[in-house]
Amino acid sequence: MRISRRTLIAGTAGMLAAPAIVRAQGSTPIRIGEINSYTAIPAFTVPYRMGWQLAVEQVNAAGGVLGRKIEVISRDDAGRPPDAIRLAGELLNDQKVDLLSGTFLSNVGLAISDFAKQNRKLFVAGEPLSDALVWENGHRYAFRLRPSTYMQAAMLVDDAAKLNAKRWVTVSPNYEYGQSVVKWFKQLLAAKQPGVEFVGEQWPALGKIDAGATVAALAQAKPDAILNATFGPDLTNFVRQGNTRGLFEGRGVVSVLTGEPEYLEPLGDETPEGWIVTGYPVDSVTDPTNKAFIEAYKAKFNELPKMGSVVGHALITSIVAGIAKSGSVDTEKMADGFPGATFDTPFGKANWRALDHQGTLGTYVGKTALKGGKGTMVDWRYVDGTDALPPDDVVRKMRPA
Amino acid sequence: MDFVLVQLLTGLAAASSLFLVASGLTVIFGVTRVVNFSHGSLYMLGAYIGWSLLTRLPREPEWFALGVVATALATGGIGVLLETTLLRRIYRAPELLQLLATFGVVLMVQDIVLKLWGPADLSLPRPRWLRSFVVIAGERVPFFDLVLIGIGPLVLLALWLLFTRTRWGTLVRAATQDRDMVAALGVDQRLLFTSVFALGAALAGMGGALALPDGSANLQMDLTVITDAFVVVVVGGLGSVAGAYLASLLIALLQAFGIVLLPKITLVLVFAVMAVVLVLRPNGLLGRPPAEARGEAHVLALIRPASRALRLLGAAALVAALLAPLLAGPFLLSVLTEMLVAVLFAASLHFMMGPGGMASFGHAAWFGLGAYGAAFAAKFLLLPMPAGLVAAPLAAGAAAALFGWFVVRLSGVYLAMLTLAFAQIVWAAMFQSVEITGGDNGILGVWPAAWAADPRVFYWLTLALCVAGTLLLRRMLYAPFGYALRAARDSALRAEAVGLDTTRIRLAAFTLAGTAAGLAGGLSAYSNGSVFPTYISIGRSVDALVMVLLGGVQTIAGPVVGALAYTGLFDALLLVTDLWRLVLGAAIVVLVLAFPQGIAGTVQRLWLRGREA
Repeated sequence: MRISRRTLIAGTAGMLAAPAIVRAQGSTPIRIGEINSYTAIPAFTVPYRMGWQLAVEQVNAAGGVLGRKIEVISRDDAGRPPDAIRLAGELLNDQKVDLLSGTFLSNVGLAISDFAKQNRKLFVAGEPLSDALVWENGHRYAFRLRPSTYMQAAMLVDDAAKLNAKRWVTVSPNYEYGQSVVKWFKQLLAAKQPGVEFVGEQWPALGKIDAGATVAALAQAKPDAILNATFGPDLTNFVRQGNTRGLFEGRGVVSVLTGEPEYLEPLGDETPEGWIVTGYPVDSVTDPTNKAFIEAYKAKFNELPKMGSVVGHALITSIVAGIAKSGSVDTEKMADGFPGATFDTPFGKANWRALDHQGTLGTYVGKTALKGGKGTMVDWRYVDGTDALPPDDVVRKMRPA
Repeated sequence: MDFVLVQLLTGLAAASSLFLVASGLTVIFGVTRVVNFSHGSLYMLGAYIGWSLLTRLPREPEWFALGVVATALATGGIGVLLETTLLRRIYRAPELLQLLATFGVVLMVQDIVLKLWGPADLSLPRPRWLRSFVVIAGERVPFFDLVLIGIGPLVLLALWLLFTRTRWGTLVRAATQDRDMVAALGVDQRLLFTSVFALGAALAGMGGALALPDGSANLQMDLTVITDAFVVVVVGGLGSVAGAYLASLLIALLQAFGIVLLPKITLVLVFAVMAVVLVLRPNGLLGRPPAEARGEAHVLALIRPASRALRLLGAAALVAALLAPLLAGPFLLSVLTEMLVAVLFAASLHFMMGPGGMASFGHAAWFGLGAYGAAFAAKFLLLPMPAGLVAAPLAAGAAAALFGWFVVRLSGVYLAMLTLAFAQIVWAAMFQSVEITGGDNGILGVWPAAWAADPRVFYWLTLALCVAGTLLLRRMLYAPFGYALRAARDSALRAEAVGLDTTRIRLAAFTLAGTAAGLAGGLSAYSNGSVFPTYISIGRSVDALVMVLLGGVQTIAGPVVGALAYTGLFDALLLVTDLWRLVLGAAIVVLVLAFPQGIAGTVQRLWLRGREA
């Protein structure tokens, strides 16, 4: 007896559960294994799942790739790396997927990447931001779509330097992502603006920020500007205390990820104005690809896409483009074929860099503003990922041969 | 100086928030002795229900107050439901089984809230008065902080009046001190317990609603708040409301000033405070030593050698396990490997928790230290796998002996919480030493040696080591050491009187349990190829507890059965349904109700009944 499984097959007609069928090249769908923290981080991963579901539907409606449909076999890792590794094994050995993809948390992403390296299987990471994924721990079979912590910091640093602020403080969740953002930002800003000083830092535990005390401690350092890397519930707490206590008045704030709808929406009418942020101005983008994506998403799910939706959607199109270029789902052929493959995303064209397997999907940089009691981004521009990466020789040095 | 004053006020406000949650927990524990793991869920429900009510009510202060009270009543009602349908049925079950039941409730509530309110964080739009501030010493202090600063002591006063000036309160205090005597005097305990639980739940719900102006209702808040609430309750002294307020003050103020001096202390501060307090005052700040329990502690079943039937069953299971790789595919094999590791992990906790009488909320510390020990051996010392598998139990055992020296002097929930404190300190050390441990990104590439790279070979290796470890632990329980350990558990006084050094015996048991858990951790490191701080997380410690309790504390087969049932259920559900938390939680609740002595315990009792009839 087969274990009944959660198989998601998006055919032209929609979603059907299919029994296991004899697989023959050319007639059966290409199977994409996907793992993410659906129950642990639903605020991001639920829109993400809707994003890839839409993409699967669109790809199959357009005839699939290599003459075959695609299907995604999705698993919930519960936010635990060991379970993720076991599920990767299940996808690989029992479900016979052609490649692995997904993940949100950096540690889960790195664990599956290592598993993929060990088992010589392709792994396309969607969301994890850790630089290590394509640099220190990068390898032949691992690819990563989103702009990394380095890229996020690099995208913001030009505007940060324009603030011409001398005294900076940082507030960042106390784990690798937060540490990495602060490290790169300090380094890049100091290079761009000699004489800049970092006079204080706060490291709240993720999800447990003591916002009042944190805000008061930051104000105590009398900074000219603030770098924020908190997000989610911590960000809401931080902004509310900061607003009431006047922390942001007369100070420049540079804030990573805050312009993403999933983090901006909960701020509501308390969205502080004029923060320099990375994000997704979903209510004001104008380019046709983005518009078309938003319309299709709205038609299917009756809500506006979030950043997670874009990542989920682009994950599938990037994989499909890689497979098309490789002309096969053989792992070695894909490992050769993915680098250099160009793909369409809601944000425009992007490609897989041959140098380090980083996707060049960029993100929007702009300022926060209030419109009709809701937070939004204004004065935004799209920054291509290519423009936010270090010089090639620097990357080569960080990446093992 | 102004800054000190402002930070003091901020700390006081944070203390009130902490106290609201912790007071409910301590009231419930004081009377019912239920370690209510679902208290955080009630807090989360309070936030969500509060959000639903307050966004629909007018935005004036009086309506806000009304909404908060209504939320408290609603969660109080949920508390009544929980108590009457679930907890009431298991008060007579072994200690801590209620913890297992409420853990099931936590899982269910997570999925229910996600289904009802959706995945997005819900924040309450703040009306003008909630955004206002008062200028004190030239700094802005949020008006709502001042409100909170007032609410904490007010609730404390109200609880004090309730407990000292009403007949109900007198009965509750009497029950806190001596449950059996109150029952003997003819007081309806059921009503008393239900009302106490409702009060505690209402306080949690109120805490959740009052968290809304400063933040949002989100799906992580249940687990975020529950550990802090437990810490406050234990630091204050179990059952002591005033102690809980004192502990809230201590922790919140240390936090407010601590992050100014040492910004990175956030991960470990509360647990370090708890460790220091418990080492100095084993019953918390204002707690009393637990009253000598009458009767019930001494009727624990004797541990008898396994019956012939059970031995045959065990042998058959072992043969099946030996042959499994010939039939199982790679994934099933990885699940089976994980199960074996879980068996040893659970058996090691059972060793100290059942016969040793020392429940631990931080058993993952030793599991994780074993895993890190193996990873360090492999990555830094470049030792081969066998050496890594020796390093794992040694590292964990040494740490357990060191920490155990402090731990074994305590008892009951205090002991359990001190182990949690140490586990969290170890966790924070691994999490923050990024240069050495890679922080939360962990250590990768800890793969088995070439000769064991075949999953089947590694499975057999795991089988050999885990079965040997488990059998060795079992053997020790039948040795004089095991009898001495149980003597120390059942009557420390009498054991001392016959010349047993109970502290040393308990320390030895603690160290052995840590060593065995370390071996399990080392095997887990090689089987997953990586080590992360999550190996030491609270969730991992809870897993161990759940496995032991599910199987049955008072039987030797219990942890084995529990480990197989829990990991099997978890792995199967993860593949089958999105709502695995709901199903798993419900399954745990049903199992608790059906097998109040644990699966193995209840089966054993039925079996014995059959024999004796």
